[in-house]
Amino acid sequence: MDSRTPAPHANDYKADIKPVWCPGCGHYSVLAALTRALAALALPRHQVAVVSGIGCSSRMPAYTSVYGFHSVHGRALAVATGLKLARPDLTVIVAGGDGDGFSIGGNHFLHACRRNVDLTYIVMDNEVYGMTKGQASPTTACDWTGSKLTPEGTGVTPIDPIQLALACGANYVARGFSGDPNTLAHMIADGVRHPGFSLIQALSPCVTFRPEQKDWKKMVHAAKHEPVSDPRRAGHLALEDDAFTTGVFLTGTRPAFPTAETVRSVMKTVAELEQGFVT
Amino acid sequence: MSVESLSLALVGSGGAGVMTVGQMLLDAAAGAGWYGMMRRSSGPQIRGGEAAALVDLATRSVEAPKDEMNVLLAIDWQNTTRFMDELPLTPDSIIIADPSQGPVPELILARGARVIELPIKDLAAGVVNGRANMVALGAAAAIAGLPMAGILSVVNLTLGRKGGEAQAAAATCLALGAKAAEEWGLGRELATPAHAEASVRWNISGNEAAGLGAVRGGVRFCAAYPITPATEVLEWLAGKLPKLGGTLVQAEDELASIAMCIGASYGGVPSITATSGPGLALMTELMGLSVSSETPVVVVNVMRGGPSTGIPTKAEQTDLNIAIHGLHGDAPHIVLGPTSVGDCVRTTQWAVHLAERLQTLAIVLSDQALGQTRAVIDRPDDSAWQAERLIQREAGTDKFKRYAATPSGVSAMSIPGTPGLEYVAEGLEHSESGLPSAGAADHAKQLDKRLRKLDNHNFGPEWADVEGEGEVAVLTWGSCTGPARAAVARLAAEGRKARLVAVRLLSPARPSDFAQALAGVRKLLVVELSHGAQFYRYLRSQYDLPGEVTVFNRPGPLSIRTTEIYDRLVALGV
Repeated sequence: MDSRTPAPHANDYKADIKPVWCPGCGHYSVLAALTRALAALALPRHQVAVVSGIGCSSRMPAYTSVYGFHSVHGRALAVATGLKLARPDLTVIVAGGDGDGFSIGGNHFLHACRRNVDLTYIVMDNEVYGMTKGQASPTTACDWTGSKLTPEGTGVTPIDPIQLALACGANYVARGFSGDPNTLAHMIADGVRHPGFSLIQALSPCVTFRPEQKDWKKMVHAAKHEPVSDPRRAGHLALEDDAFTTGVFLTGTRPAFPTAETVRSVMKTVAELEQGFVT
Repeated sequence: MSVESLSLALVGSGGAGVMTVGQMLLDAAAGAGWYGMMRRSSGPQIRGGEAAALVDLATRSVEAPKDEMNVLLAIDWQNTTRFMDELPLTPDSIIIADPSQGPVPELILARGARVIELPIKDLAAGVVNGRANMVALGAAAAIAGLPMAGILSVVNLTLGRKGGEAQAAAATCLALGAKAAEEWGLGRELATPAHAEASVRWNISGNEAAGLGAVRGGVRFCAAYPITPATEVLEWLAGKLPKLGGTLVQAEDELASIAMCIGASYGGVPSITATSGPGLALMTELMGLSVSSETPVVVVNVMRGGPSTGIPTKAEQTDLNIAIHGLHGDAPHIVLGPTSVGDCVRTTQWAVHLAERLQTLAIVLSDQALGQTRAVIDRPDDSAWQAERLIQREAGTDKFKRYAATPSGVSAMSIPGTPGLEYVAEGLEHSESGLPSAGAADHAKQLDKRLRKLDNHNFGPEWADVEGEGEVAVLTWGSCTGPARAAVARLAAEGRKARLVAVRLLSPARPSDFAQALAGVRKLLVVELSHGAQFYRYLRSQYDLPGEVTVFNRPGPLSIRTTEIYDRLVALGV
């Protein structure tokens, strides 16, 4: 922003709309962290787009005052990839939940990590599908019996998004907690500044379908390690982790896609291209 | 003695190089001033399966293959009988066979054609680095009367990177094949080409043409997932978009490819993807997002046999139902069908224009017989259609209503990066300002708006190709148009009148245009390549069909031939 204009405030990035979220939902704090991060980055509102899929957390775009795209379930990363590749001048942030991102959208997550387009992906992880009233997601513990759909538990090992992102080539990987929105805001701002694909897993309790997650505030603990730039070392840290360590795991060094080498500059007109068809 | 047209089938196992021979033959004929087309027929294997290059050469522009195959040239007989149904041999045909490859299959002999032996493999073996397909090319070129210099220049252009020895070996093989063919004295040489020297002719495939139409219309973004038989659209764009300042990205699947296109289009860049039936099925949910969020996008769907994986390498017109009706909810959008290889340029360009103008999804239904056919044609005319999106560029005093229910139904979009016009593109039903809404009034208002955009648009005369006159009409679409047009032309040459209506704008329906085009028709022949008669059933649902209706439909991959339509029109009293 112009230096003559006053420094932006988080509220400048908030829409005047009451969220659909339940009282006490962790997502309120993630929204606060996101708007604080945008204020800290002093990004003009019109230069930012928040893209989402479907789910409680995917309602995020309507609650911000920037450009937004509330797309369909699981496809937020693909929509955002197209937007960023077509409009590299924009700051593109993707917001969603664990079901949207790692189940129906799982394939796009793998490829967004390896493609390394300059996106910042905030996943509000509450280990449950909230909008459909409480079913197990890919991050739900295998013995959680709280869902009518899997009353005996899923019997399936949950995935750790941090490990997955590291294995697939994400360039900035961090875990935050909605109970600490200031730190989370720093992570989001860091992720936006960092080139390439940034994953920020935001542990964000679902007080309605996972009330036991209210205890997360007692379980989270800040990482003792400094961020590393070697994904293999970050991977070791993640594998030894209890899934409640908050902090930055990786600040990688991969160039964002498209890399300078893939950007070509030989310009032609359509009429010139048509000459290739002349017999 | 010379002929006005010549059809040749070049067959051999995959990897034998018959497609290369066909391509070079067509290129050389084009260079010498003739017209023609080459269709591809192959099994699903990359190597070792059956393959046929079906080449038509002519002194005038051709849109439909000949009814009979004049020459069948077999490098080998491996699996050739698998596509015997696609090779209309007659007793007047000539079969050129290599005796070292075993006897001519009984099924082929049964057609009664004359068999001439040519020791293709042995002749090639006598030349250092000699290749059988070059012997075959020499023979084919000599039969057609193509100047050897033209063939040599095409071959040398292709082999240029391999160096002089490869070129010399090819030249020797070509000469051996040509010498043998000249000795047969078959009298099938093509007459002097009919085109004016000044006219510009193109050598282009339908898939390349679709790519060209896209960039002519202003497309500058493509997300691509490979699928037979649509990949060439994407590969052509991959080479060209960066040179136009655009972008192509390979997506992880078809869900991603259309989602990326929608994202890019939301960013203000006209976008396209190409796919075939299985990919179209995967894209349907996101196609609905394009409609609901009013984000323009174009999907070129190159149809193949279905359902499921079906017949990937061969044409069928059976994605009509899914293209028109596949989206859930009430989702007005555009479905277009190009009527020839060259028309893939115009129709795709029109699709870009319509998608952008009406802020919705436009599907172009091409098929394998258009997309993978390479044709030598007169340069398609330029069209004025451009991507012209209604964009609000400056904030007004009122809050921006992205989905304002305007009289035309089209509401101004803002493009990210524009201050003061921030909005959320919505796949949920929404209010005029874009806020999610489950209210009945908002739903009705937005449904009306999205339908009104299409209802109010003047699509103009391009909705169909309407040609000829008379009380008998043939009504068709897509790749069936070529043979239908040829059948009507054959009748006209005999002084008999028939009408052709080839529908380009498949959806939305144009009842008044349709009624006008078919006014006075007593007998109607509907032609399509669909076992379930999808086109006919769609027509029944949308239009009043005049007079006595006959349906000529069959499943792919057997393309419908000119004579089959001609015979039916004659039976209807033309």
